[in-house]
Parts: sequence; structure tokens; C-alpha cells
Amino acid sequence: MDDILYKEYILELYRDPLHKKNITHPTMHGKAVNQSCGDDITVMLLVDDTDRITDAGHQGVGCAISQAAVSLLIDWCIGKTIRELNELTQEHVVDMLGIHISYARKNCATLGYVALTQAIQLYERKNI
Amino acid sequence: MKDIRTQFTALSDTTNLVYLDSAATALVPEIVLDAMSLYYKKYPANVHRGLYDMSIEATQQYEGARKSVAQFIGASPDEVVFTSGTTQGINMLAVALKKQLTSDDVIVLTRYEHHANLIPWQQLASEVGCELRFIDLILTGDEKYTVDMESARTCIDAQVKVVAYSAASHVLGTIAPIQEIQHLAKAVGAITVIDAAQAIAHMPLNVKEIDCDFLVFSGHKLYGPTGVGVLYGKKEHLEKLAPVSFGGGMVETVSYTSATWAKGPAKFEPGTPSIAAVIGLGAAVKFITSVGWKSICAHEKDIIQYAQDVLGNDTHIEVLGPTHDTDRIAVFSFCVSGIHAHDVAEICNRSHVAVRAGHHCAIPLLKYIGKESVVRASCGIYTSREDIERLATALTEAKRIFSVT
Ligand SMILES: Cc1ncc(COP(=O)(O)O)c(C=O)c1O
Repeated sequence: MDDILYKEYILELYRDPLHKKNITHPTMHGKAVNQSCGDDITVMLLVDDTDRITDAGHQGVGCAISQAAVSLLIDWCIGKTIRELNELTQEHVVDMLGIHISYARKNCATLGYVALTQAIQLYERKNI
Repeated sequence: MKDIRTQFTALSDTTNLVYLDSAATALVPEIVLDAMSLYYKKYPANVHRGLYDMSIEATQQYEGARKSVAQFIGASPDEVVFTSGTTQGINMLAVALKKQLTSDDVIVLTRYEHHANLIPWQQLASEVGCELRFIDLILTGDEKYTVDMESARTCIDAQVKVVAYSAASHVLGTIAPIQEIQHLAKAVGAITVIDAAQAIAHMPLNVKEIDCDFLVFSGHKLYGPTGVGVLYGKKEHLEKLAPVSFGGGMVETVSYTSATWAKGPAKFEPGTPSIAAVIGLGAAVKFITSVGWKSICAHEKDIIQYAQDVLGNDTHIEVLGPTHDTDRIAVFSFCVSGIHAHDVAEICNRSHVAVRAGHHCAIPLLKYIGKESVVRASCGIYTSREDIERLATALTEAKRIFSVT
């Protein structure tokens, strides 16, 4: 029977994360560290002239929750525009996971999202 | 040790709790809670200078706790300063010792220090421009995770002014070779600071026998309350050191332009202290004394051996700590292959097994031993063999979920 948290697709994404790769010369990149365990995630994105994400990847270590979440997040990003990325909230990321995230695991679930917002901020600051 | 458990409300049958996080904070027995609530109910007055009965009672209880703590560590009461905890004690020292250091000096720590016994010294070293050195651990073979005395001898030379080290590691459980380190430090005239945050609850520590200059610990790891700790300093040091924070209760004379300091620990205790917590700490050390070190140590030795048997026999579990029970306290960090520490702790919690996961405020240590984040099961006087069995069952469940076979 499927576990309530560690559902089969979550475990699969942990064992075999999506888009876990480096992007050479990324247009945007950001990093986040989970202060309670020291895990970190770096996200890298390629953006074309129309502000659309053409490719993206992530690197780093993390638990099943953070690895599954960043996999789904990066997968979602590809093909979206920076504006759409900007509209994304933490709640959306938790929804993507499709499992109930407790208070204690919120930081795990949103680690990739924090790295992404960092990437967007750095990028926008550079392009002002 | 069986009836010990009944003295801890948090362990009552209804909670079904397996508490394996005593290294973070220990549970508090009824007798300590009673002592604190008595203060708030019967004599909730400020200490010192009060001329009415309630304040006199509060002062007597507060100073009584100082006597109890002094007796507990073999110090005299005027060598016991109450702080808010280990972290504050070390920070006070790092600030107060600054005047005695120059850029030619060296501060020696070990590789396994808690951030609390690392960052204050880093700050001091960068302000003074002096060097920090780290005593290595043995990382291979039979003595893995013990202190490398060869490295200690190399680190501690004539330039060394301060040696600050934990008597026991909060991650590895390693007990430091205290006598040997003291010997090396004394030979070069270095000041020794012992972080006893962990060791204090697991073994008798006598500051006179150890002959350390300073020793710090927290109340809450010793079955006492949070918000209180102890800075022991040899009398000659406390007399010499200048206070690092200022206010009421610490002065002898004051004018509009200057002040002189009170004698004794009061010099380092400005402002209203955490009175109830100090009284609670006094009750906690009496509680430990009444249980007795002999039975505490025998009990913990049994738990160490049992845990090493149970965890050590599982090929998927890597226990990070000394293998000889004489080299360690009952604090076990471990990794389960293929499962992140957070996921292990989450699954343990489902069966009310409380363990901690993460870097345990020792990020450089984890890098040093090549780990990202680890699970820690830490024991106390109430830990039973059954607790260890329930931990093992929870780990089996984690392995089932993650298909680790
Ligand atoms: C070895 C060691 N030193 C220092 C500390 C810090 O203690 P506190 O947080 O009570 O100040 C701890 C707490 O985990 C510890 O284990």
C-alpha cells in the first residue's frame, strides 16, 4: 500500500530526480540552503529572448521531499515565462507534490523554490 | 533505574514517547518542576537587596542553588557564575579573554566542536588576528572517531594561549582524553576552557581534579530548565577578568561617570537573573546526586552496549562514533544507507520515537567526516532497552518504505 507521505512517485523522484543536471552558461542561477540540515540546492535556467525558459536543471543534496519537489518544480518551469515564474507561490509548490507537508518539512518542500526565487532576484537585479 | 521513568511526566504511559533527543534538551523530573513552581507561588521576589521575607527567601534559594552546583562540580560557590547557557558562557569568555591575546598567540580547538564552541573563538581570532588550530580525530581503524593525541601534541605548542574543547562530542559521543589535553595545555601555560554541555549529564566532572581554568554547561541538558547555565572559573581568573556586560547588581560603587565592580560571581551577573531556572538547576543537580553517578554510569553503559549491538549489526546502518564503550557517552549519530536523515526522523516520529536529524550545529565536523546530515539518538537516565528496540523497529519501517534491502 502506498505510504501517505512517501508515495511511490515521490520515492521514484528521490531515487531518480528529473532534470538533475548542470546547465552550461545558465541565464539565471540561484542557491538555497536548508538551515536545519545543511542541504543545499542550486537551480540553473536558460532563458531565451522572449523571457521563456528553454531548459533548466538542479544540483545538490536533499531528502526525498526536497528532491521530489525540486524535480517537479524545474519540470514545471521549462516552457514558462519569467512572469509566470514570478507568480508562483510556495503553496503551488506544495500542491505540485500532492502530499500533506507538515510544519517541520515545509523547508524541505520549498528549498528548490527558495533557490528559484533567488535566481529570479539575481537575474532581475542584473537586468535593471 | 526503573522507577526513574515515573518521575518524568513527559514519559507517562499516555504519551507512549520514546525520547532519544536528550543531547538537545533533557526531560525534566517532577522535583525540578516543583522547585520552580514553588518559587513562583511562594516567594516570587527579586533576589538581593530585598529586606522583606519573600526576597530574603528568594535570595537564599538562589544562593543555595549556587552552593549545590558548586558542590556538584567540586568548585567553591564564588567560582560559579550563572549564565543563560553554554553559548552565553563561551561568548562571555571569548570577549573577556580578548585583552590577554595578541596576534602572535594561538587558540586550539578540536574538529568536533559545536558551533557554540567554535564561532565565538573564530570571532575572537579574527579580531585579534591570531591563529586557530584544530586537533584532529582519528578517522580510520580501531580507534576511529577518537581524539588524535599525536595531533594534539603538534597543535599545543608554546604559542598556544587558549585550549577550548568539549569534554564529550554531541555528535560522535566521543569522550575527550581530558587529563592528557589538560597536561599538554598546562605544560605550555595555556588557559583551558571545557565545554561540558554534553559531558555534564553523563559523567562526574570535578573541576579541581581536572584542573581546568574554565568549564561551561547548560541546565537544560542536565534535567534542569532552559534559560540557565553555568560558567565555572578558577577564583584567580574571575577576580582578574573584566565583566563583559553591565547593569544593576554587579557594582560596588557608582558615580555619574564611573563604576567599580562587585566581588565574586555577581560581577558577571548584571540584571535580574533567571531566578526560577537557577533554583530549578539547583534541584536538578541534587536530583542527579540522589540517583548517584554509579548507577547512572552503569545504566548508560548498558544502553551504549545494547544500542551498539542493535544498530551495529545492521549493515545498512553506519554508526558514527567510537566503538569502545569507555570512549563514548550514550549519544549515537548514524546514517541509514539510501535514506536521508530527515526522512528517517520523520518516519521515527510516526511511532513516537523522537530523534534529531541534520547537521547538529557542527557543519564543519560533518564535512570533515564526509557526511551531509545525520540522525542522532541520544540517551538519558530514563532511556530503556525497549526504547532502543522501538528505534530499531522504526528504522526497519523506514527501510521498508524506501525499499532498502
Ligand atoms: C557540546 C555542546 N556545546 C554547546 C552547546 C550549546 O548549548 P546551549 O544551546 O544550551 O547554549 C551544545 C548544545 O547542543 C552542545 O551539545
